[in-house]
Amino acid sequence: MSVPEPSSASPEQQAQWLERIEALRPTLMRLALLQLRNRAWAEDAVSEALLAAIEGLPRFGARAQVQTWVVGILKHKVLDQLRQRQREQQFEDGSDEEDPTEHMFLADGHFAQAPQVWNAPSEVLRQKQFLEVLEACMDLLPGKLGRVFLMREWLELGTDEICQELGFTPTNVWQMLSRARLRLRECLQLRWFGESRS
Amino acid sequence: FRTCREVTALVIAREDRIHFICQACPIFERQVLGMREALGAWRNYRDGA
Repeated sequence: MSVPEPSSASPEQQAQWLERIEALRPTLMRLALLQLRNRAWAEDAVSEALLAAIEGLPRFGARAQVQTWVVGILKHKVLDQLRQRQREQQFEDGSDEEDPTEHMFLADGHFAQAPQVWNAPSEVLRQKQFLEVLEACMDLLPGKLGRVFLMREWLELGTDEICQELGFTPTNVWQMLSRARLRLRECLQLRWFGESRS
Repeated sequence: FRTCREVTALVIAREDRIHFICQACPIFERQVLGMREALGAWRNYRDGA
């Protein structure tokens, strides 16, 4: 469907754009919740992002896909939420999380069970079904690990920026990211790369 | 020469800031690289592609 640029659009066409932006709400909510792990904070971030998108519509100019543009706005609003909540309540670091390597290795440091080859060509890793399993696995990460991991992988912050935002030491952040990656690997092994798909 | 436990910790750490007398650790490394690719694809998918 061809829709004219918002800046030169008629009121009817403007209404079409608003409809398209509003239709993104479930996706935005899903992403905000994945990062913030708190429904009220996520609703605040999504509402602010939608409002900013609607206000920015005349300047949007159809330079990018609507979803790309609105998700970009949401990332800023989610980061604002993280900063605001960080001021209100210090996030604990995740150093008390269980170490996933405890059961991966024997006492002598060798694998308890050799890792399985994942027969996953690039095309498979981009299938919607796989991406939804991957997202479900990220959703299962414990709150603190999940929040830090998504700051790295979705908001694309460097570890130094994460340290600055959350007041953690680099060692803490690296440890949390490592544990999150190991848990993600374990979850994908269980939910996607199990025997039936290998 | 270090244990698999020490080497896999380095392979994972490399994502955010290497023994390969071993058959298991290179497989682990390919899993980690696969996750890196998958996370990139997920980010594109959620960003609108």
